[in-house]
Amino acid sequence: MNGLIEFFQYLGKNWADLLALTFEHIVMVVIGMGIALVIGILLGIISSKNERLASIILAVANLIQVFPSLALLTVLMLFFGLGSSTVVIALVLYSLLPIIRNTYVGLKEVDASTTQAGTGLGMNTWQVLFKVQLPLSVPFLLAGVRIAMVISIGVAALAPFIGGGGLGTTIYSGINLRDPMQIYSGALVAAALAILADYLLGKAQKKFDKSKA
Amino acid sequence: MITLKNVYKQYDDGFEALKNINLTCEDGEITVLIGPSGCGKTTTLRLLNRLINPTKGKVLIDDKDISEINPVTLRRSIGYVIQHIGLFPHMTIASNIGVVPRLLKWDKQSITKRVDELLDLVGLEPETYRSRYPSELSGGQQQRIGVARALAAEPSIILMDEPFSALDPISREQLQDELVRLQKEIKKSIVFVTHDMDEALKIADKIILMKDGEIVQQGKPEELLRRPANDFVKNFIGQKRLEKVEEIPVAKEVMIRKPVTTYPRRGLAEAMNAMEKKQVDTLVVIDEEHQLKGYVSIYDVLREYQDENKRVDDIYQPFEHTIGPETLLSDAVVIFNESKTGYLPVITDDNKLIGLITRGTIVGYLGDVYPSVGNGGV
Repeated sequence: MNGLIEFFQYLGKNWADLLALTFEHIVMVVIGMGIALVIGILLGIISSKNERLASIILAVANLIQVFPSLALLTVLMLFFGLGSSTVVIALVLYSLLPIIRNTYVGLKEVDASTTQAGTGLGMNTWQVLFKVQLPLSVPFLLAGVRIAMVISIGVAALAPFIGGGGLGTTIYSGINLRDPMQIYSGALVAAALAILADYLLGKAQKKFDKSKA
Repeated sequence: MITLKNVYKQYDDGFEALKNINLTCEDGEITVLIGPSGCGKTTTLRLLNRLINPTKGKVLIDDKDISEINPVTLRRSIGYVIQHIGLFPHMTIASNIGVVPRLLKWDKQSITKRVDELLDLVGLEPETYRSRYPSELSGGQQQRIGVARALAAEPSIILMDEPFSALDPISREQLQDELVRLQKEIKKSIVFVTHDMDEALKIADKIILMKDGEIVQQGKPEELLRRPANDFVKNFIGQKRLEKVEEIPVAKEVMIRKPVTTYPRRGLAEAMNAMEKKQVDTLVVIDEEHQLKGYVSIYDVLREYQDENKRVDDIYQPFEHTIGPETLLSDAVVIFNESKTGYLPVITDDNKLIGLITRGTIVGYLGDVYPSVGNGGV
């Protein structure tokens, strides 16, 4: 009971700092996600058009995914130096697999007759892709984004190890100062952030499934 | 008008899908391509909007070689309805119907107007259906939208690839009926692929029957039914349908065209001689103008034979019944059955004799048309 009161007292004192760190955290994740979306959707489209390339692309993305996050961050640091931008690169790499795979599956799942109708009615390849195939794979893509988002929020908490910011900063300094309140606050806010993102994207996904199924 | 000239299609694996296809589809008619699966009917259809290009030969639309037209432009000018309907599930009914007009960059107002027009045309209330999604409609309603979508940009040609085969039998019948009704209004050139002979017979102006990449027979439905080119056509059409058509022939198809006749002024010996020569027991009596008078039987002749002065004129009897050339054979059978007569003369409206039906002719005719089925017949 005492701990909880203490914790809220800590939050009351430091909310401005925490808010700033949360914002930093979100910015890293959002930028990483944005870049990953562009690259991932592109690679997903290429995969859906060419099975040989698909197996290569997915294998590489898989390989990145199984790399331990701390190790990946450190390796990237060797190449790109310290700082938040290196963290963003790591986030992009971690988000790629779920986005590529879900784009690929989503495009493959589009009913052949629907695509055929598009072509038969006089859409060119791009129009079929942008007016029919991609819109129809949005629910799959959202599922991928949801997974990638949760992973990214977690990985971003490791940012301070390579000189980045975000909520990991409080956790890191909490460990150094042996201040459990700092550790809790960083960890809980990061966790809350992940849960919130998962919930919101889940809702968005459901909405798409319902209206467009 | 659509014309295919010496069209061949060979796939990369060497499979010959089409061999020397020559056909024409007339403007404003429904041409049905029919055949067992793998016969090349769908391949032929897809040649027309360049979803497939021929290996050899030419496809002409209104005398223009379509290999010189950009496929995308071509497809926008041709309506297309497919078997699996293929509505876009993420678009409303209105957007689905308006797809081609939007591709053609019509202005918004004319698209909206056209969509409502088409919904009315296919029998769906625009107010109710405009903003629904395809998944909220039944299969039959969905394919109505499919048809409306094909008609949207006023194409003069519409291709339909087994459009009703995925529907339940009731919706299928309804949509066939509506297509026939619709066609009366819109007068498009429709090329329709099916494997269902009943469907083809119901809607077709012309049927093209295919097998193994070749055309086996083409013509009006009536022609295929009456004169199937070979056993394959007969089998494909089905014995039942063929019998249905030939069930009730008319008198002129069955009658003896040159019955043995005599004139009233002939003597009895002459009549007797004629009967002997032609192996008949009755002569039809006509005058010089070919007007029917009656008949003399061998019994009448024998009874009066002693009297050398008697002529046919004195002993012939009038027929109790006569029929016209278009009288149904079934009606003739009824007359044979109810009266005791053995002969029915076939006459024109002005009493001119053109033929004769006897009980024997009917039996002979039926024997030709229905060769003994199995053992021992019926």
